[in-house]
Amino acid sequence: MFKKLLSFALVLMMVLSLTACKGQSATSGTATTGTGNTEDAATGGDAQEPSADATGVLAPVAKEDLKVGVIHIGDPADGAGYTFAHDQGIVEMQKAVGLSDNQIIRKNNVNDADALAIRTAIEECLEEGCQIIFGTSWGYMDTMEQLAAEYPEVVFSHCSGYKSNGTNFNNYFGRIYQARYLAGIAAGLKTQSDKIGFVAAMGKDNSEVTGGINAFAMGIESVNPDAKVYVKVTNSWFDPTLEQQAAESLLDMGCDVIGQHADTTAPQLAAEARGVWGCGYNSDMTKDAPAAHLTAPVWHWGAYYTSAVQSVIDGTWTGENYFGGMEEGLVAISPLSENVAEGTAEAINAAELKILGGFKVFEGDIVDNEGNQICTEGNFLSDGDITGKMNWYYKNVVVQ
Amino acid sequence: MIINFLFAAIKAGTPLLFGTTGEIMTQKTGNLNLGVEGMMFMGAFMSFFVAYHSDSLVLALLAAFAIGVFAALIYAVLTVSFMANQNVTGLTLTIFGTGFAKFFGAMMIDEAGGSPKLSGKFLKAVSEKAIPVLGDIPVVGKLLFSHNPLVYLAVAIAILCTLYLLKTRSGLNMRAVGENPGAADAAGINVTLTKYLHILVGGGICGLGGAYLSLINGGGIWNNSSVVNGQGWISVALVIFASWNPAKAIIGSLVFGAFSVLQFYVPKNIIEVPNAFYVMLPFLITTFVLIITSMRKSKEGSQPAGCGVNYFREER
Repeated sequence: MFKKLLSFALVLMMVLSLTACKGQSATSGTATTGTGNTEDAATGGDAQEPSADATGVLAPVAKEDLKVGVIHIGDPADGAGYTFAHDQGIVEMQKAVGLSDNQIIRKNNVNDADALAIRTAIEECLEEGCQIIFGTSWGYMDTMEQLAAEYPEVVFSHCSGYKSNGTNFNNYFGRIYQARYLAGIAAGLKTQSDKIGFVAAMGKDNSEVTGGINAFAMGIESVNPDAKVYVKVTNSWFDPTLEQQAAESLLDMGCDVIGQHADTTAPQLAAEARGVWGCGYNSDMTKDAPAAHLTAPVWHWGAYYTSAVQSVIDGTWTGENYFGGMEEGLVAISPLSENVAEGTAEAINAAELKILGGFKVFEGDIVDNEGNQICTEGNFLSDGDITGKMNWYYKNVVVQ
Repeated sequence: MIINFLFAAIKAGTPLLFGTTGEIMTQKTGNLNLGVEGMMFMGAFMSFFVAYHSDSLVLALLAAFAIGVFAALIYAVLTVSFMANQNVTGLTLTIFGTGFAKFFGAMMIDEAGGSPKLSGKFLKAVSEKAIPVLGDIPVVGKLLFSHNPLVYLAVAIAILCTLYLLKTRSGLNMRAVGENPGAADAAGINVTLTKYLHILVGGGICGLGGAYLSLINGGGIWNNSSVVNGQGWISVALVIFASWNPAKAIIGSLVFGAFSVLQFYVPKNIIEVPNAFYVMLPFLITTFVLIITSMRKSKEGSQPAGCGVNYFREER
């Protein structure tokens, strides 16, 4: 009897420990920004990209001698999603700058919760002679900060964090909310039930996700004031099963457009299976769900990678943080599919011009869904508020 | 709302039902196979691979079953013939199966130049369809007769296994082997053959569970990172929940499926509970079931006495 109980206990323990690991990797695998995207990141917002005529803090490097290191949390071979989007940016940079294949050192599947693995991966890049190293995941931040102090002649550039040292360690991210606003217009024009679902990776406490939902909701409201946005949270950046289940529960409620801030195509596929529509994220998901997809907010990381690597070659690297948007070409929406409603292209073009003309999305009269006044006419939210204090939902967002 | 919730619960519970039924078949013959996760992973890959290249549901399911049988064969050879420790072998099989699927999965992604996707024709074949006439009945029609074909297959297999276990001669023999292989041997039952046969069938059924995960749950897209994602382990726990009876496993998998989608159907504006609570629920329930079953001490609903111990004839 004791033996049996012991084996049960072991099984149970394994099951439990497995879920423990799962939970851990879900939070640590924070491929995009975690919760702590605070004001420091925002100071980068004013900085924009390093201006070309500034004098750099490091000596120029001959293009032939340059080596670029990239630390990926996933595997670019996955073919879609976060790491794939970053790697496409690296490939674009390689072409634009004109580097050969052996000048790019990739380290894939580097667990961002394992400081030793991160350090090993980066040190391998250093041994290969890299002069600039990009770390694409939140969890690389502290290790990169330490190594930046140990190797002052190498540039460490970190995505989505908030730390920087002003010389050889900066962070970069972008105004994806601008693209979400445009995707919201496509969704708002398409919906017939006036119910739009949103599969969110993280809850209200995550400014990045919440800001995206709010911008999406504001885009919807600009063309369809009656529509509501229904949010379901999966608490995981990458989980196709949960994302599918969340999307299906939204479809069950009568939503006929599914937006998402989640890494897989599962929500779009769920919408397609029910014969309705959706807006993906990260990469153009029209190829995955051709009958459902409208348009997706996408990243063009190549815009930053090219300018950063070029500045290292030219010796104009300044160590400023980077918070680019549509103007810099860092974020955009994927080409509209043939599923969009009539007049979508015109409406989106008009909004795009408005944004490029200085419309800040989070400006003017903003009330949250609990009735609190967030922003008043004539004012706008600072970058710090956008990246660190977006813990409210816009008035047409419903959580249920 | 409730109907939609139950419908989603059935959909989420079906892979567990496959895994649990397979594991019950294995345990009833006296072997504890902790490799369910690995066998499901291999089944998931194999069925996807075959479906991707052949567009045939039948071939995909056969492939999943076959690879499950193959994985179980590794386990059976090691534990039944070579008397290796069952727990360790099972765990190894989990690691092997996961690696196997991810290795070949990565090759498949490379070959397709991105996440491979099943054809529209195939996805239509596995989509949810209402059975004519029966599907039109209100409530019951949606709940019982509007599923994808694999749901019916899972229930049919569970019922068949129950009948086999409880109503047939060879089912009786197999249970005898599970309870006391020495006595069964003395009664003239071929212990080794019985064990092999049922471990292999059990593995095949687990493989079908994997097929469900990659063909239905994945939405027809292969991703290397989280196809099976712990469902195999939940299946092992469900065996206890179902007290080694596949018919009860139907209820058990429905309950666990319901818990896994509960978080999306509880109205957040009325009851606000952290998501982590919902994730924890199935395991909490398993713990309670364990406590209750161990208090009850019924002979029928407990683990086969010979389970987990290898039978070595010379040591009788």
